[in-house]
Amino acid sequence: MSVTVSIPSAFRRHTEGADKYSCAAGDLNGLLDSLAARFPELKPHLRDEQGQVRRFLNIYVNDEDIRFLGKDYRFKEGDEVTLVPSIAGG
Amino acid sequence: MSTNPNPRYELRCRECQTRWGNQPISFCQSCFAPLEVAYDWERIRREVSKDEIARRPGNLWRYRELLPLPEHYDASSPAGFTPLLKAAQLGDALRSRSLYIKNDAVCFPTLSFKDRVVAVALTQARSFGFEVVSCSSTGNLANAVAAQAARAGFRACIFIPADLEPAKVLGTQVYGAQIIRIDGNYDQVNRLCSQIADKHRWGFVNVNLRPYYAEGSKTVGYEIAEQLGWRLPDNVVVPMAGGSLITKIYKAFQELVGLGFVTEKRVKFFGAQATGCSPISVAVKAGRHEIEPQKPATIARSLAIGNPADGYYAAKAILGSGGWAEDSIDPEIVDGMTLLAETEGVFTETAGGVTVAAARKLYAQGRILPDETTVLCITGNGLKTTDALAGRFEAVEPIAPKLAAFEQHLEREFAGTAAAGKGVA
Repeated sequence: MSVTVSIPSAFRRHTEGADKYSCAAGDLNGLLDSLAARFPELKPHLRDEQGQVRRFLNIYVNDEDIRFLGKDYRFKEGDEVTLVPSIAGG
Repeated sequence: MSTNPNPRYELRCRECQTRWGNQPISFCQSCFAPLEVAYDWERIRREVSKDEIARRPGNLWRYRELLPLPEHYDASSPAGFTPLLKAAQLGDALRSRSLYIKNDAVCFPTLSFKDRVVAVALTQARSFGFEVVSCSSTGNLANAVAAQAARAGFRACIFIPADLEPAKVLGTQVYGAQIIRIDGNYDQVNRLCSQIADKHRWGFVNVNLRPYYAEGSKTVGYEIAEQLGWRLPDNVVVPMAGGSLITKIYKAFQELVGLGFVTEKRVKFFGAQATGCSPISVAVKAGRHEIEPQKPATIARSLAIGNPADGYYAAKAILGSGGWAEDSIDPEIVDGMTLLAETEGVFTETAGGVTVAAARKLYAQGRILPDETTVLCITGNGLKTTDALAGRFEAVEPIAPKLAAFEQHLEREFAGTAAAGKGVA
């Protein structure tokens, strides 16, 4: 099973310029662990010192805010995950 | 970069305080938290006085030193300096003796407070060299960007949720703006715009220009204070969508205190939302700052933001001030609209109904006291959301153009009321 993450430009200086990353993570925690292991410089931007997902980091699975899917959401084959560093608008 | 070689301001991270100069970005490139504009207050204090401001024309440019404007900018937008109305009759209805309406239902050029933020954002769009300006919008912002872009000579491309009110769609297209309707809610439109702004060099007023744009909302706070005779109210009641306006009124009051233009005072901030989209109100009522997003379902579509960008800061400002938040269901919102119209002659859109409905609850709960000076922020015009009132009033049957028919009508419709009195001409 494979999940693909789209990496926003602000994160790419921590990902050697990569704008996509694929891994076999089963859920959000697995995905963040995998990203942090592959790109150690990105790690502090994903979770805070307490290990919580950063307040201003928005995570979408396909078109849905992952908070609506639940923190235990299990990824499905082909899920596309989008990271938006800080939501704007309003 | 900005053409202003020596600005009074620059971008600063709201969390880690890193400074970023002036550039079209909305979040910290280091910690990814939102940015806001920080000012050189020592310099501003030397350069402007409240007497000087009071002598200037009645629009938001009177506060130019307190806004993030480039050295050269077009000040032709008529935005701002809307009336602050003493609302005695609404006050009677809510049991208040010192109630005011800040009436941005008549903000120019497009009849909402969004004209303020767009006026500021476009000065920076020009300064950064953008040719296309854009936004994600629940309607009022679309109108404001379209109109002001037309006058300032920008191309405008506006992203809206597909279910927006027809008047707000028409009121965008008429200015020649290109509309992109998205089959999704505002939060989905907004997320898409963040992705587009990441890839295309467009000036999204509420994405990459957002820190500058949002500062335009401070002028609501400056004006309230100036129009009260350079003093702060006891309470303000503010509608919340993304949560930015209430935080900017808070910031404006702090700045005026810092400049010595007003006496320091603890102002309570009260937020108003629709129950069908109440992520900030829910957080405040639970005594927390963290926001749980919602899927909006309300007639107050201009407030229908389920994942509010400044929700965290809005909840923090409200709770820190000793204020509160209230939310209202759709019939209460419509009642709020008609109450304001019937008592004060101000026709507001659904968001204004939300504000009036919240105020009604806050007075009833004793959270706002009758003798306290309280300002309700009315941010948009009712002519844009007439569909919310569909079925509210009975269809009026025509009568023949004859005096006898009128007399009959009078007997039938107004029997027993003062209007039926004869011979008073």
